[in-house]
Amino acid sequence: MGKVMALTGNEAVAEAMRQINPDVVAAYPITPQTELMHKFAEYHADGLVNTELVLVESEHSALSAVVGASAAGARAMTATSANGLALMWEIVYITASLRLPVVMAVVNRALSGPINIHCDHSDAMGCRDSGWLQLYSENSQEAYDNTIMAVRIAEHPDVLLPVMVTLDGFILSHTMERIDVLEDHEVRDFVGEYKPRRALLDVEHPFTVGPLDLTDYYFEHKRQQMEGMAHAEAVVEAVSREFGERFGRHYDTVEEYQLEDAEVAIVAMGSTAGTSKEVVDELRQAGEKVGLLKIRMFRPFPYDRIRNALRGKKAVAVLDRAVAFGSYGGPVYTDVRATFYGVSDAPVLVNYIYGLGGRDITPAHIRTAFDQLKSIARTGRVETLVGFLGLRD
Amino acid sequence: MSAKTWREIPIGGDVVDAGNAVEYKTGSWRTFKPVWYPERCIHCLFCWLYCPEPAILVEDGKVVGIDYDFCKGCGICVKECPDKAHALELVREK
Repeated sequence: MGKVMALTGNEAVAEAMRQINPDVVAAYPITPQTELMHKFAEYHADGLVNTELVLVESEHSALSAVVGASAAGARAMTATSANGLALMWEIVYITASLRLPVVMAVVNRALSGPINIHCDHSDAMGCRDSGWLQLYSENSQEAYDNTIMAVRIAEHPDVLLPVMVTLDGFILSHTMERIDVLEDHEVRDFVGEYKPRRALLDVEHPFTVGPLDLTDYYFEHKRQQMEGMAHAEAVVEAVSREFGERFGRHYDTVEEYQLEDAEVAIVAMGSTAGTSKEVVDELRQAGEKVGLLKIRMFRPFPYDRIRNALRGKKAVAVLDRAVAFGSYGGPVYTDVRATFYGVSDAPVLVNYIYGLGGRDITPAHIRTAFDQLKSIARTGRVETLVGFLGLRD
Repeated sequence: MSAKTWREIPIGGDVVDAGNAVEYKTGSWRTFKPVWYPERCIHCLFCWLYCPEPAILVEDGKVVGIDYDFCKGCGICVKECPDKAHALELVREK
């Protein structure tokens, strides 16, 4: 089954896109995503995909082209980063509102300014309320697998919402990794033929997309979007289960790593989950009861799973690679805290902001976080509720 | 049309019935109303040609009346009716 390839994160997602063979892809370059579409454009030039590749003049146009293609009945994809995602902003909301099952890779990069091209999650976090599902990838293998699963999740009739697959800029996008690549026919079989619920090109069944929707029905359409989001968690679970059964790589909305008997734990997303696993292994070998909760699916936020995984722990640190300015803490932290409102056996929850603008997060930083958690577990005293890792203080 | 719940309408704001504007009666928007006098009408069909709705009813090449379900009272028909015929007049809605 499949083959092993040495691929960067960008190449891994491009490979998945080649195998998915979407009807339409719109591309506009932005660091660190550029290489992804560069690779896909090569596949297109070499005739390895049947895709209509639309080279546009901005990211606003890229997502607009994808929205038009999707409404026309095509399976459509694109990819972007940071300021490119920000320029898509208007259409990000429209894609979700029109219930178009678009899949987009977001290669995470810090939003300007001052201008920075390196990884943090401020770009995707800006879209957390936009109605897109968000899957965060721990490594490039997961980015490849998530891209394939995202197609099925987005197009599921209970969901019909766009999916953002994120991978950490440079850390994953430009780092070569060993990737288990599926056979082309396995991917095509898994994603299946796209059967749109309606297609503008189906002239036998004309319909209107995106009409004016004022005080009389807009509210009802938002309620429907909430319903799609409410169904998404079960669909992500089911599609991930099927993927695991067929291909042997198992995923869930969250991953509990050495968590069951852990007294203290870290919550992380993206590549930092991988770094945290190394530290957990190291501390476990020293006999310490520490664990990790990796959040793979950030939207919809898996409240029940997270509550059940962390309740009863003595202290938990949530790592945020983004600031939510003026908020209580980072965006992941505030959601995890909300999960525990009114829960009697809630852990002490602290927050660390880290890695902004690509600042390295090392095992030493994670050990520092665990040290504070162990101190809280011992004394019950919290020195800093919202702290920083890797900041010169 | 009575407003439907979120469970009863197509998702995404899709409008799935082609030509459904006939169900949306816009006649209630009127402030002024055109009144047609058939005895003065020369059936030049200028009113029919210029009406932004199809609110001038025509049968066999002749004006037969005004569809007040859709006429918004813009007055274009009155303006375009030739002076010598003067078959249309704009009156305030009561």
